Amino acid sequence: MSLWHFVAQNRAEILQLTLEHLWLVGISMLFAIGIGIPLGILITRWPALDKPILGSANIIQTIPSLALFGFLLPAPWFGERADRMAILALTLYSLLPLIRNTYVGIRGVDSAVVEAARGMGMTDRQMLLEVQLPLSLGVIIAGVRVATVISVGLATIAAAIGAGGLGELIFRGLAMVSDAVILAGAIPAALLALLADFGLGLLEKRLQRF
Amino acid sequence: MTNNGESAIEFRNVAYCLPGSSEILHDLNLTIRPGETLVLLGRSGSGKTTSLKLINNLISPTDGEVMVEGRSTRRWDVIRLRRRIGYVIQDIGLFPHFTVERNITLIPKLENWPRDRIRARLQELLALVGLDPQLAGRYPRELSGGQRQRVGVARALAADPPILLMDEPFGALDPITRADLQTEFAALQKRLRKTVVFVTHDVREALVLSDRIALMESGQVLTLSTPQEFLHSTDPLISAYIRSVNTDLGDGSTRGQP
Repeated sequence: MSLWHFVAQNRAEILQLTLEHLWLVGISMLFAIGIGIPLGILITRWPALDKPILGSANIIQTIPSLALFGFLLPAPWFGERADRMAILALTLYSLLPLIRNTYVGIRGVDSAVVEAARGMGMTDRQMLLEVQLPLSLGVIIAGVRVATVISVGLATIAAAIGAGGLGELIFRGLAMVSDAVILAGAIPAALLALLADFGLGLLEKRLQRF
Repeated sequence: MTNNGESAIEFRNVAYCLPGSSEILHDLNLTIRPGETLVLLGRSGSGKTTSLKLINNLISPTDGEVMVEGRSTRRWDVIRLRRRIGYVIQDIGLFPHFTVERNITLIPKLENWPRDRIRARLQELLALVGLDPQLAGRYPRELSGGQRQRVGVARALAADPPILLMDEPFGALDPITRADLQTEFAALQKRLRKTVVFVTHDVREALVLSDRIALMESGQVLTLSTPQEFLHSTDPLISAYIRSVNTDLGDGSTRGQP
């Protein structure tokens, strides 16, 4: 069976799996942004926390993804449904680039600008919202971009625990020894990754003007 | 402590040490009068910038007190204190993502001034520092070095603070622009009569701008003199400074920043 033949016959399913895939990545990225950026800001305020927090995020990244999905099986609530587990795992994997880029971005703001802002009597909150975050947004978006691209790839493995997404086709193709079926999952996944990379790359460039 | 009207800023037995290193300031005593321009002159590492940062509490003294308007910087609300003190630094530190207008009007906005008053103040400040009003919409990267530093001065003056701290504000400019800005600032200060503390290692700049010169060396004020007294002093260190200026002229060349 050729790839085109398979795609033509299974359009609806491929579309459905692509949407599932996007959902897994999208939701986990929202959580990762909601957790990672505040943590990154936190460690610029309390430098004593930077090693433990960056270290933990680093360790999570070194756990092989299949093993991480396995570890989460006994977790309460999350272990009950495959998609919850997959979202939790993808969120955890995305934390490191987000925390690190937020931290590096804020620390990288020109020290003269920060000194002037402090000397003028800006509060820490004003400094963060008016100066440090706007000036590090490009670096932070670069972190979102890296995390998203990694997540799109990793989310294919979520199919191994039954969380759906384009990985389903890849695993089915492996079982059927069918290149066409594997490619029907792998090509859309690769396109999603490229699209996310391109789109967020444009945004990053726009924000790095300064 | 009450303000007896004689001091805008007073250093009382101030010492400052960085953790684990030697003393940067040692038993510093200095009274700065309201409305005067006091220049802290000295070479690199003499403690000029450290003294300046103690005034707006960017750093706190290890020992002793810095009094601003009669109250110790330890007892000031740090934000209120800094809003009463304009701050201009050599690297300027303009906000690159703000236009000239937003850079200048930031503090009035944070202080919730009415919009009309902010707009009027902007025009007034642009005229005061000699900037074309058309530049208000530009970003700092679109300005020359001299224009940027004018914006820096306008920003520091925006909320009309009684005190102005200037840390080698003209040090990074070319000699001609620097001389222009020095002259204009001297004229400006004659009108505004702020209490200005000005850090420099440039003797000529000190002579042009100051009411009094505090010569600093190794974290202490060695001498305090008017420009006239400074020029005619027999103090060996002051003579060395004067000689350095004369040598410059004798060579027919202007020495760069050390």
